[in-house]
Amino acid sequence: MVVSWLSSHRSLAAEMTNRVSIQTADFDLSVETAALRAQDSRVGAVCAFVGTVRDRNDGQSVRAMELEHYPGMTEKAIEAMIDEALKRFDIYAARVIHRVGLLQPLDQIVLVLVTSAHRGQSFLACEFLMDYLKTQAPFWKKEQTPSGERWVDARVSDDQALKRWGIGSDNLTGAG
Amino acid sequence: MKVNIKYFAAIREGLGKSGEQVQTDATTLAMLRDELIARGGAYAEVLSRGRAVRVALNQVMCKEELQLVDGCELAFFPPVTGG
Repeated sequence: MVVSWLSSHRSLAAEMTNRVSIQTADFDLSVETAALRAQDSRVGAVCAFVGTVRDRNDGQSVRAMELEHYPGMTEKAIEAMIDEALKRFDIYAARVIHRVGLLQPLDQIVLVLVTSAHRGQSFLACEFLMDYLKTQAPFWKKEQTPSGERWVDARVSDDQALKRWGIGSDNLTGAG
Repeated sequence: MKVNIKYFAAIREGLGKSGEQVQTDATTLAMLRDELIARGGAYAEVLSRGRAVRVALNQVMCKEELQLVDGCELAFFPPVTGG
């Protein structure tokens, strides 16, 4: 944790704050929000997206979901996304938490949190990060349904969402 | 050269392994994938050209035309579905 004498040294404190966490544990939006905007009086807007596990997908009920990822690459990919968001948008800081392992309906899966001076840039950066994450971060979901286990299919709509930002995604639609 | 391969999700399950080290004369990711497909069996199925397979070289998603380098880490996986 950042010790108290660092609190007035924003840049150093920011460097010490973890931007990306891949974890099995749950997260607390209030705690993360407080940490991201701590001591930063420039902040006038905090935008958060929380993704949660639904109990239905593609017409079937979902009992549980197993999240697999590529350790090492996942963190690198999300760090690169945050760097890109900081370049594109007038934001101060961003934080991404993604859970892995076994999750149940109602559980939180993902948190994207962004701070800026005004709301517009935070909203945009938050959406940009989620669109990016959906198609470029190496996670895979496997659902447990009454008729057995199944890997979740990627969606064309997610590739299209990233194209809005002028970034080509061939997660699903690219040549095999 | 020697390359370290990792497999994830449905590809890992289909092959029954999460990775392996291979000795290869392939110079690109595409050539290596073809070598693996030529092994037949589960390899031919999960890495089939008819399937959407994504590749990463040294932990960065890339095109299959990229050159392999000795000791590199590559990965084959299905389209990602996080978030």
